[in-house]
Amino acid sequence: MAINWFKYSAPTTFYGLAGKLIPWFAIPAAILFAVGLYIGFAVAPMDAQQGEFYRIIFIHVPASMLSMFLYMVMAGYAALGLIFNTRLSSMMASAVAPTGALFAFISLWTGALWGKPMWGAWWVWDARMTSELILLFLYLGFIALHASIDDPRRADRASALLAIVGSVNVPIIYFSVKWWNTLHQGSTIKFSGTSMHIAMQQAMFTMLAACWLYAIAVTLARVRSIILERERHTKWIAELAEVRS
Amino acid sequence: MSLDIWMRENPLTYVWIGSYAVAMLVFVIEIAMVRHKRTLTLQQVRLIHQAEEE
Repeated sequence: MAINWFKYSAPTTFYGLAGKLIPWFAIPAAILFAVGLYIGFAVAPMDAQQGEFYRIIFIHVPASMLSMFLYMVMAGYAALGLIFNTRLSSMMASAVAPTGALFAFISLWTGALWGKPMWGAWWVWDARMTSELILLFLYLGFIALHASIDDPRRADRASALLAIVGSVNVPIIYFSVKWWNTLHQGSTIKFSGTSMHIAMQQAMFTMLAACWLYAIAVTLARVRSIILERERHTKWIAELAEVRS
Repeated sequence: MSLDIWMRENPLTYVWIGSYAVAMLVFVIEIAMVRHKRTLTLQQVRLIHQAEEE
């Protein structure tokens, strides 16, 4: 039996589906966080050059990757909303933005914490770090622009343009360590493989999966509130059990 | 004792408190904000529909 995926592009049907999906992402996220931290701190060996400080990698790399991926997801949803005028796409873009901004903040924060013992400085105007800071500003700009326009449909269109234009920054972040001479190390994980110890890889990929699941769960929870707010005058919202209770 | 000396003597504490505790705090705050927003929105929507019914 074929599933009609377009059915779930309507806020009416997606609202219920999102509610059912949240525990399926949130619970595995919590388990994977615990497993990732255990492997990262109890199983993975100490690094020969960086000692214990390298263990920041298990939160820094997943947060950095998520901040970039989530921006592309946000820009993709914003573009869909702009081109096809689909309400849910714009709502999803608005729901992804705060989580992406928080991951960008965690990436910068943990990067500074790692930079101090390794480079002797909390911050340098390095290409990778500066472009990641611009990413955080783009997220904040998207959120602020959206919040500054009263009409939600106009806010969707204006912020979508910012998200799409800002997406040019994501490849700049990724390739910055190749294009310019930077203090920041090159990619740890490459398509050709990695030189990391197996336990370090396991910890990092477990934490990456946990961060992904967490981001999906929290985005779904946020989009339910956005749907509820924007569709508040509709009949189907009035008939919801949680509204009637 | 300066921070530089302390972090080199207690690297795991530095990593835990500085990175992981902050990241966990950020996640907890985000979850709390999402839950609070949901509660507020539900209250508003209930009030709107109660007012419409009256």
